[in-house]
This record gives sequence, C-alpha cells and structure tokens, in this order.
Amino acid sequence: MSVETAAEPAVRRNRLRLSAAQRGTLIAVAIFVIMFGVYGWKQSVGLTPNIINTAANKGALLALVAMAQTLPVLTGGLDLSVGAVLVLTNCLASNIVNGDPLMTTLGVIGVLLVGLVCGAINGVIVVYGRLQPIIVTLAMGAVYFGIALALRPQPGGSVNFDFADYMTRSTFAVPHSVLLLLAVVFFIWIPYRRSILGRAAYAIGSSEQAAYMSGVPIARAKLLAYALSGLLASISGLLLTAITYSGAAKAAIANDYTLNSIGAVVIGGTSLFGGVGTAIGSIFGAYVMRTVGDLLIVFDINPVLQPLFVGMVLLVAVSIGSLRVLRIKNKLDLFR
Amino acid sequence: MASLAATAARHIDRPTLVAFGCIVVLLLLGALFEPAFLSPVYLVQQLQIASFLGVVATGVMLVILLGHIDLSIPWTIGIGGMMATGATGFLGPELGVALAIPFGILCGAGVGVINGLGVAYLRAPSMIFTLGMNAVAQGLMVWHTGGFAPQDRATGLMRELTVGHLVPGVPNPLLIWIILGAVTIFMLTRTTLGREIYAIGNKERAVFLSGVDTRRVIVVCFIISGACAAATGVLLAGWANRSYQAMGDPYLLPTIAAVVLGGTNILGGRGRYIGTVAGVILITILQSMLSVIQPQRFFVPLGLEMPADTFRQVVFGVVIIGMLLIYGREKLVR
Amino acid sequence: MNPGPVPLLQAQGISKHYGGVRAIEDVQFECDRGKIHALLGENGAGKSTLIKVLAGVVQPDAGIILLDGEPVTFANPTAANDAGIACVFQELSLLPDLSVADNIGITHPPRRYGLIDHGAQRRMAEAALARVGGENIDPNTPIGELSLSRRQMVEIAKALARDPKILILDEATSALTAADVEKVFTMLRQLRDEGMAIVYISHRMHEISQLADDCTVYRNGHNVATFPTGTKSDNAIVEMMIGREYESVFPPLSETKPEGKPILKVADLGWQNLLNEISLEIRPGEVVGLGGLDGQGQSQLLLALFGTLVGVTGTVEVDGEPVRLTNPQRAKSPEVGMALIPEDRKNEGLMLPMTVRENLTFAAVDRVSRFGIIDTEAEEVAIGEVVDLLKIRSDGIDGPVGSLSGGNQQKVVIGKWLMTKPRIILLNDPTRGIDVGTKQEIYQLLRRLSGDGAAILFYSTDYDELIGCCDRVLVMYGGAVVRTLHGEELNETNLVSAALNLPAATAKPAAGQNGTRAGRAAEAS
Repeated sequence: MSVETAAEPAVRRNRLRLSAAQRGTLIAVAIFVIMFGVYGWKQSVGLTPNIINTAANKGALLALVAMAQTLPVLTGGLDLSVGAVLVLTNCLASNIVNGDPLMTTLGVIGVLLVGLVCGAINGVIVVYGRLQPIIVTLAMGAVYFGIALALRPQPGGSVNFDFADYMTRSTFAVPHSVLLLLAVVFFIWIPYRRSILGRAAYAIGSSEQAAYMSGVPIARAKLLAYALSGLLASISGLLLTAITYSGAAKAAIANDYTLNSIGAVVIGGTSLFGGVGTAIGSIFGAYVMRTVGDLLIVFDINPVLQPLFVGMVLLVAVSIGSLRVLRIKNKLDLFR
Repeated sequence: MASLAATAARHIDRPTLVAFGCIVVLLLLGALFEPAFLSPVYLVQQLQIASFLGVVATGVMLVILLGHIDLSIPWTIGIGGMMATGATGFLGPELGVALAIPFGILCGAGVGVINGLGVAYLRAPSMIFTLGMNAVAQGLMVWHTGGFAPQDRATGLMRELTVGHLVPGVPNPLLIWIILGAVTIFMLTRTTLGREIYAIGNKERAVFLSGVDTRRVIVVCFIISGACAAATGVLLAGWANRSYQAMGDPYLLPTIAAVVLGGTNILGGRGRYIGTVAGVILITILQSMLSVIQPQRFFVPLGLEMPADTFRQVVFGVVIIGMLLIYGREKLVR
Repeated sequence: MNPGPVPLLQAQGISKHYGGVRAIEDVQFECDRGKIHALLGENGAGKSTLIKVLAGVVQPDAGIILLDGEPVTFANPTAANDAGIACVFQELSLLPDLSVADNIGITHPPRRYGLIDHGAQRRMAEAALARVGGENIDPNTPIGELSLSRRQMVEIAKALARDPKILILDEATSALTAADVEKVFTMLRQLRDEGMAIVYISHRMHEISQLADDCTVYRNGHNVATFPTGTKSDNAIVEMMIGREYESVFPPLSETKPEGKPILKVADLGWQNLLNEISLEIRPGEVVGLGGLDGQGQSQLLLALFGTLVGVTGTVEVDGEPVRLTNPQRAKSPEVGMALIPEDRKNEGLMLPMTVRENLTFAAVDRVSRFGIIDTEAEEVAIGEVVDLLKIRSDGIDGPVGSLSGGNQQKVVIGKWLMTKPRIILLNDPTRGIDVGTKQEIYQLLRRLSGDGAAILFYSTDYDELIGCCDRVLVMYGGAVVRTLHGEELNETNLVSAALNLPAATAKPAAGQNGTRAGRAAEAS
C-alpha cells in the first residue's frame, strides 16, 4: 500500500527547466543587449566597426578578469589578487613579449606560465595552509603587485607590434578580442565545466562538508580553480599590454579590476556563496559594467561620475536579486 | 587570582598574544638598525599614527564579527573628511564651523544606514552592496567637488583634534582611540548587543529563532562602521589641514588585515578587540619601519634595483600569510 | 566459534579519541555476506564513530580492519568506496545545488573523451533510483528542491550506484515517510538475499526487529554484546544500552483533567496549501501531541504559531486575547509567552562555538540585564536554577556547547527557553536522535512543566512517546487535523490508521501489541 503524502513535489519529467545559473546569465545578457543597443542608437555616427572594436576590447579586459574571478567564487572562495596578477603580467609582458616572432611567442608562454604559477601559489596556500581565501589572496595580491613594481617602476616598455595589432583589431567587423573570449570559453571554460574537477568546484561551493563525505577531490579541485584563475588573469594582462603598448604598475588599476570583477561576477548570476554560476554570465556582467561608462559619454554626462553610475547599477542589480526576499513565505529561509 | 585569569581569558586569546609578541620582536629587530625605535617618542608617534587606522578598524571589526564585510570604507573615509571640511557649504558659515566634525561623522553614519538596510532587510550580500556603496560614495564626492581636488580647509577644532594634547603626553588621536576602544570592549563583553553580535556571526538562524531581531543589530553595526570610517576621515583632514582626493583608498586592505591579524575570524563569530589593537599596531610599525630602514638598499649590491614600495608590498603580504599560518588555520573539514 | 568462512568485514581493537575524549576504545565488529547487522547504543556510545572509521571518514588511533581476511586501511572516503564499502550518513552527503544525477555520479561519472558524459550519467542515475523505488524522481532536479524524504532516497541510491559489497546505513530512515521506509526495507531485504552485507544503525526498535539478523550493542565506546535478533527482549536490550535497570519510560499522567479557559486557542489557521483550517485549544497543564506521517504540516503548524511564517490566515488567541504572531519576538514576549524547541538543534537552537552559559541566557538575556548591560550576578543565579533543574553538568558551563553530546545539547536548548518562563511550550520532535537516558529526563521534565501550569504542544514521530506523554493527540493529514485521540483510543493502531487517513478502526488492537497505556500498565504490574 503506497501513500503519497501531500507535501511531496509533483512528478517532473521532460519539462524545460532553467537552472538558477542559467536564469542569471540570461538576465545579464538581456541587460547588456539593451544597454549596448541604447549606446549604439545614441552614437552620432552609429555602430561603426571602430566603435564596436573599442568597446569590445575594453570589455574583454574586464571579462577575462571576471572569468578568472568566477572559478574561485564557484568553490565558495574569492580571489582578491586577480587585479594584481593582471598588472603583474602586463608589466612582465611589456618586458618580454617583444623581439622576433620566436622571442615573442616564448614571451607569451612565459607570461601565461607566470599567471598560472601565481594562481597556483594562491591555491597551495588556501588548500594546504587552510587559510581563508579572501585573506590569502589579499596578501598575495600585495606580493604580486610588489613584484610588478619591481618589473616596471615607471610605466613604459614595449610589445611586439604585430602581436599587439593582431590581438586588438577586427576582421570583417568582428573584434579579435571577442574571438579570444570565444576561444577561452570553448577551450578552457566548457571543458573545465564538464570535467570531474570542474564539477567538483561546484560541489565544494555547494557544500564542502558533503563534498568531502562524498569523496570529491577537494584539494585538487581548488588548486585547479585558483591556478586557472591566474591563467585567465594573465591572458587579460597580455591583452592589456597589446592595447596600451606598455606596462604600468598602478595600484588603482589593480584595485579597479579586482573589485569590478566581483561586481561582474554577481551581475552575471554567480552566487558569492558558491555552487551556482557560469563564466559566460560573468562575461556579460563585465560588459554591462563597462557599457555603463560608454553610456555616460554618449549621454554627455561627465565621465568622472562613472563610479556613481557603476555603483548604482551594482546596487540595483543586487537589490533586484534580493526582491525575492519580499516573496518569502517562511522567514527561516532567509538565514543559512 | 582566578577571576583575574578569567578576565584575561575573556579579553586575550592566542592570536592576540602572538600579535603582541610579533610587535615586540619587530621593535627589537628594528632597534638593531636604529636604536631610536625603542625610544618613547618614537613609540608614542607610532601609536598616534596607528590611531587613524585603529578608529576605522574598530567599526570594521564589528561588521566582520557579524560575518559580513564593509568595502565602502575608502570613500566613507573620504565622505567624512570632505563633508567635515566642506560643512560650511551646507550649514552656513557659523554652524558649518561649529558642527563640522559631527556633520562629517553623521554623513558617514548615513552611508552605514544604507549599507545596514541593504544587508539586513534586503539580505543583499554585504561584499557587493558595500562595494556598490563605495562607488556611489565616490561618485557623490566627485560630483560635490565638481571633479576637482577639494578646496576646503579643515576647521580649527579639527586641527586641534589631531595635533593637540588634551592629556599631556598623549596625542589626541590616541586618546580618541583609547576611549573608543574601551567603550567597544565594554560593549562586546558586557552588553546584550555584544552577545548578539557574536551570536549572529556564529549562527544567525538560531539567533532569529531565539526571538532576537537580527536586522537591528546588523544596521547598528554598519552605522558604527560608517561613523568610525568617517571619523578617521575627519582626523585625516585635520592632520593634513584639508581633505584630498582618495584619502581613504590606502586604508581598506590594511584595515581588514589588521582585524584578521588580530585573530578575528573573517567568517565572523570570533575575535577579541585587544587582538585588533595588536593587529593595528603591528601593521603600523611594520609599515613605518620599512620606510625608515629601506631594506631594498641591501639588495643593490646584488644587482637588484627595487623600488621602496616593492619591498613594502611583498613584506606586507608575506607577514600576513606567515602570521596566519601560525594561528589562523582552519580545522580540517571532517 | 563459527567454523564458517572468514567474515567479509572485521574490525578489531579499534580506538579513536578526539582531544581528551575517547569516542571508542578497543571495539570489535564483524559482519557477513547476506546478513543485516544492526548496531545499537545511545548517542555517544560510539556507533557513529565506528561507522566513520569503517567508511574512511576518520582514521582510527589503533586497531585493524580486515576485508575478507586481508588488512586494509582507508585514508579517506574514496578509498573505502573503492574497496566496496558504501555509507549512507545521517548528515546527508548530497550537494544542494547540483542535480540528482550529478550527485549520484559525483565521484565516478561515465566519461567520454575524458569529460563527463551527462547522458550516460542520467541513465545510470535512473537505474540507481529505480533500485530503491524512487522511479518518480527526475534525475535533473536540483537536490535543493527535493523534500527531505526524497533526498534520503537519493542518498541511498547514490550509495548503491557504486555496487558496494558492504552497505552501511546510519539512521538512514529517520527522515523517510512511512511508505518510503517500507520501500527501503524491501530493497534492503532483497540486497541481503543477493549477498550484500548490510550494517544498520537505528534508534527505532521495531525497525530493527523487523529487519536485522544480528545485533551488536555498544555503550560508552565499548562493545557490550552481540546476539541474533529476537533472542533478547526490548527491555534487556535497553538495559544493555543504558547500563542500568530499565523501568517504565513514561512518568504517570496527572489524575485530574486540566480545566479552565484555554490558554491557546487557534481557529481556522491556514498557510499556503500546507496548513488547512486548523483549530485547536490547549488548557494550562495540558500536554497535546501532534501525530501523523512526516510532512503533513506538523512543523509548519509550530512555526506558524511561533511567528516565522508569512501570510498565515485564521486567528490565534492567547489567554483570551487575540494576538498577531508576526515574528518570534512577538511570540516570545511576556504577553504571549511562547517558546519553540526547534527541529534542528545544531543549526536552529544553538550557537555551537559559544559557551553553554552564553547559549543558556540567550533568549532571556533581557531578564538578566539592565539597559542592555548584563548583570553577571543575576545571570549566575538564573543559570544555576536551570542547570539544577535539567541536571546539566556544571563543569562545562564555560566550554563551547558544541562539545556536548546530542542529548545534553538538547537540554541546553530547553534550558534556554525555560529561562523565559514560557506559558506555552512548542516542541518540534525534541527527542529525535537522542539517547534513551536523556529522553527519560525530558519526559519527566515535560510532565513537571505541565504540572506547573504550562501548556505543551509537541510533535513527535515516535508513537510510544505520543502515547506515553500526551493527554491527547491530534493526528494531522494533508495539513489538517483529521482525528483527535485520547484515553482508551490513544493506541498505536489508531495512530497509524488516523495517520493514513483511514476511517476510525473498530477492531481491537492486534494480539501482542502493547501499544496502549493500559496494556503497558498491565505488563508492568
């Protein structure tokens, strides 16, 4: 005799369900499309390939750093050193990514390796030191920034011209920076997400205790997440060098990218508690934040006020997410 | 004797002892290079500088104890300084001078109110909400100054607050920090609010089910954090005799580091105020020693030209990690 | 001495301590293929620790484990899994944000080109779910959206998906609905017949007598006895568990019926579709029980009364005055005087790292403070009273409450609320997962509190408790009270049939069933 109790959820089969992360990403995409549409419409010359190229490049810089931030956040951690790694790899690139094609290639590989190593060091201290990620990455960010200063006490340096040009131009109006993002998504993000260690990252963020009891490889998953984070930040560093043709060790840049990457990640639908989210959402979150600045210029608002509007966008985005609070039926659900 | 030990245990824990120990070690090491490091004049001067960090760290510690974080510190400091120096523009020439200091602090408290409401009532993640508020505060201040550097001067009282000595031998900022610290210690250990703060940091769910309104406690702590940050801004403006762009930016990371080095758990629920005091002093002394000793000159003969800042940053980071490895390690997840 | 083949799993001389506390000392255990072996013992007796050692979650300080006669060591849960030991824990090991399929395949998913093959993984999940009778669970559902009962089914499916040789279940049925428990038992018997070795921990005696072939009793971290099921009476087993003479569990009810105005009067209470027009009255001194299958609204009723639910319809009157219970502060206030002992003591009742002292005074802190400043003398006095009443060990007052056993933790939760001097006490399954000795203390306490005039409303999943403690029991089904039982009617048969929403039984209780209070009294004499 089988009795279904009243409180059991209904049988679900073959119903299109959007996960929380997918919904978050879609919202970010929608916001971006609307904002960019307005931007293009207000442009006096319209959406020329040049304008698209500039916007794409600027956004891609933050998008890569936001993708870097996404990985540790998925595990329930945080990486406050992504901006510093960006600056470090930028300064390094301005030193070694030049000369003949061979030297340039070696330079690029070197820069990527350094980013990977920086991330790996963060991961090692978090995993084996058993320290909280926010503090580890805060401290290591200072270290990486210090090294960047040693590499480039004054802004300067150079970069192989062909390389820089290739990274930053467009072909048939498609910016290469967007192709770069697509390549990163296809060759790094998607394989990562479908790998055991990638899914393990979600598991750890969802419940580290349960993940341990289930035998999830926690140490390896965290190490990989932080190492890849450093790698992605270094790709952004290369792009930054290509755009500015130089390296500069400015604390303001590092802080700006770090903090904005957190905002981008949240707007893109990733939960700061971990376990939910995608790097694709973070890309659109980054573009939303950068388009705010462009919109200001196009509406003739003093660009110096950019922080005000970016801040308000963040507050509105996070408050919308919190509106579900008003619909709560059991107050206990508000607390973890 | 037993009650003395019990009192001590209530205020001091292992991280605090380690932090104070490191301070002593640092001073002794520094004295090897520069005997003046152990002179009372130098030590008092360091305490005075530490007071600026100490005031803002007090508020941030409360927020961290709750299990939250306040990233709006940099521009709340800015608001405190700029609103205090610019008070005459809002309150008129007489009130503007008399009430400059409370006005600046009140504006900071206002930022705290919004932070508190967003985190407690909207249940927004504090990291993002305060991040957004920081940007909004920056935008508002930039708008207020029209994009230029602030032109206002500090009032006489503000100046007096920073360079004067109400108590002979004790600089005023240090006096302010001591009083603030004493009140905070009392609040945390002997009042219901203090118990509620620790409890929320440990398990907000259980606090709610015990019939305590957690939202009010959260709002109060963010208000205190905003007020303390603004107070630091007022002090900074008094010190420099004017407010200046991005006056609070150098304070965010050292504040969090000081609180954590003092043994407060970044996830909330644990930590003693004396530990924060130790953390603040430790960071101040570290930074000032590095600028005096200039350790990078020892690397020049090795062919390594390093800017002064490089060394400061690297040492800062390494010290934090090193100390936390001693006493900040989490238990294994079992 | 059994001349048969070597037992599949043997543990010898296992010891484990945490800090200065010995969880288990020189403990033995054996189980065989094709047998279900039950572990019995109070909380803190060491059963969970032994299980954790066998499952690789913790490392023993001493002792050896033999699998088929070969010594093995498990450095982590993965190693134990690989050796063929699967464990279903009391604290679920499921990841709330991931889907059912992802959870089942979390460590060894089917792979293609090195990446996870989601299609094959879903099929694997469907097969595992079917094996435990959970066919109607959609593998793509995130775990967080499933009810507790369904989650436990997924947990069991996950353990079975690795095709283990040994299956360990630690209180695995505590959250299941009665129907699902039957499904699980059928499955377990089948697995046993197919040759799996099953180790089963439960506090529910009737489950063990139905299911297990052998039993081992532990007490205070040591072995007490091992015997085939059915060769020892329930009383003898309980005596082995608690180590002392076991008398009737429940204190006698008061002779006089409580009279006078009800202190709590609820009319047509409704919420979402989980509470339907509930009406009840409780007089001071009454102990009213809530019964029925899991998930029929009992928890929600208590939460609604305590003010945590939003959008509750109907009226509540306390002491004749209508009240709007919009949050726990209102419920706790002296005008209302309610207390709630919540379902999950670790996450809802206590702040584990804080001291026992701080936890005890937390709900009533305004009674021991003035203008927000704590009066330490008043605090000492108040704590002293409660500690005496509840027999809480006073040497641990300034230690973290997290280091106490489950039973003692629950006493602290109760003590916390007693300090508010409540008139109406709500309890949400207060003795779940608590050892027999502490349970008795709690029953005595409830009887005493009601004798002093408190009105008690308490939800329990244990029929014996409801029969033994309550003046009357309201059985809930589908969010409504379908039957009220008291006196002679209050027996296990009626509780079960009312829980299933069957028409009132006319048959007498089956022979041999000692569910009625009268029956018990007759046995005891």
